[in-house]
Amino acid sequence: MSTGKFALDGALFRKMAKAIGLPVVGIAMFLVLWAVVADHIHTSLGTFPGPEAVAVQSENLYQDYQHAQEKKAQFYQMQEERNAKLLAQNPNYKVVIYPYTGQPTFVSQIGTSLVTVLSGFILASLIAIPLGIAIGLSSSLHAAVNPIIQILRPVSPLAWLPLVTIVVSALYASNDPMFSKSYLVSMITVLLCCLWPTIINTAVGVAAISQDLTNVSRVLRLNWWTHVRKIVVPSALPMMFTGLRLSLSIAWMVLIAAEMLAQNPGLGKFVWDEFQNGSSDSLSRIMVAVVVIGLIGFMLDRTMLLLQCWISWDKKSVLR
Amino acid sequence: MMNQTAYLEISQVSIAFPTPTGPFLALNGVDLKISKGEFVSLIGHSGCGKSTVLNIVAGLYQATQGGVILQGREVTEPGPERAVVFQNHSLLPWLTAYENVEIAVKQVFKGKKSKSEMREWIEHNMKLVHMDHAMHKRPDEISGGMKQRVGIARALAMQPKVMLMDEPFGALDALTRAHLQDSLMEIQADLKNTVIMITHDVDEAVLLSDRIVMMTNGPAATVGEILTIDLPRPRDRLVLADNPTYNHYRHEVLKFLYEKQRKVAH
Repeated sequence: MSTGKFALDGALFRKMAKAIGLPVVGIAMFLVLWAVVADHIHTSLGTFPGPEAVAVQSENLYQDYQHAQEKKAQFYQMQEERNAKLLAQNPNYKVVIYPYTGQPTFVSQIGTSLVTVLSGFILASLIAIPLGIAIGLSSSLHAAVNPIIQILRPVSPLAWLPLVTIVVSALYASNDPMFSKSYLVSMITVLLCCLWPTIINTAVGVAAISQDLTNVSRVLRLNWWTHVRKIVVPSALPMMFTGLRLSLSIAWMVLIAAEMLAQNPGLGKFVWDEFQNGSSDSLSRIMVAVVVIGLIGFMLDRTMLLLQCWISWDKKSVLR
Repeated sequence: MMNQTAYLEISQVSIAFPTPTGPFLALNGVDLKISKGEFVSLIGHSGCGKSTVLNIVAGLYQATQGGVILQGREVTEPGPERAVVFQNHSLLPWLTAYENVEIAVKQVFKGKKSKSEMREWIEHNMKLVHMDHAMHKRPDEISGGMKQRVGIARALAMQPKVMLMDEPFGALDALTRAHLQDSLMEIQADLKNTVIMITHDVDEAVLLSDRIVMMTNGPAATVGEILTIDLPRPRDRLVLADNPTYNHYRHEVLKFLYEKQRKVAH
């Protein structure tokens, strides 16, 4: 009995060790390798930052953020006190609150980047999914549209960016804009680059519906809309999500490049500013950004996977 | 007994499929009249075009020549009055057994039955095929035989004029197949549906059918012989095993398949 239990514990232990232990070992080895290699790279801005420098710098960046938050709170509090005083002197005084215009912090840059990437991605999906379904259902439409998709798909975001910038400046001229131009430029560039995987994968998934299920739909004389809703979409769902995940990862990569080149606020601009700044801390600050960009990209992908798990009828097909 | 207005008439049906080397004539002049409530099996070697006949009756294929007339109206497109039980069940994998039947019921009885009547009707059909205990399971959670039962329930629930069964038990093991055949005979005794069933199983054909239509080998396959099975119902497979008439019918079909239409081994 006791040996049986021991064997079971052994198996469990090995399983746990594999699930948790091996990734930890992998990360540890990477950190050591990074530290050793970094020590041997000497640049004009000092030695290349190792893990330790990056850890210190991320602490600094977080403190900067907290400091800025305090300043912001103080700024608004001062205004309130001042307004209260003026109101007491003159009841007819019109209260004006000035917005805080401090430097954007690292944390607020992350927020801007996330908002931009998600809005671009969601807008792209709203276009790409219906278009992909239409292309998958009609071989004629596929033949007509496919060459255009194949030509536009490999275009680099850096090629779109100047065009988008000029067009947005020309068309979006308003004195009281709802969105800033820089936001629109990044968002539209992201949209243009992340449309394609979703369109292509959705179309492939829709075109691959089994003939038997189509026959069921024909025998039942389902109308077009019911056919799409009850048969096409559920059966293309796994491919659709594959496309969406590819699109989101492209969106995230494109966004950083777009922000960097167009000087739009966000993580990309943070990296560019630090590069221009060229202080002894710059390299490690950029490395912090690199790590954060990677982590956020990973989290975005996991979020999509959770979403797929939640929506999908076939939980077994949701892997990795 | 050629009555002029057959319930279902397959009239001189030929079909040719385009191939790179010119059209391939799969069926040539298939002629068959079926009366209401009759259970007809189509039997023949694989590749002889049995399924093609069924698909033409279903409206999924269009005959190149000839046509199908059901109750005096020509068949031009698929429709629920000619329900199909597919060989591989063809249930929607993302819906439960109940929902798979529901989608058909909603389509056929929209505006004719209330919500509760529809639910009763679905449950009634599930009971007919003995699936009421697993109504809310998805196809991947039930066995192959159960899936086929749901497929039959879906077809029955459409209240079709003709039920078309394309090797419905072909993919099942012998025991499950026997169970389903018994269920089908029970249901048939109750509802007296008009059924065309494709099979390659001689016992199944003799046990279930009123008539067996034996098809010649393709290309240009057509109706070879028709055998009327004059055995009293209800039929019991155990009793029939020793019945000389039953064995005679079996023998006739086997003779057709393995003497007259011997398939040349490739």
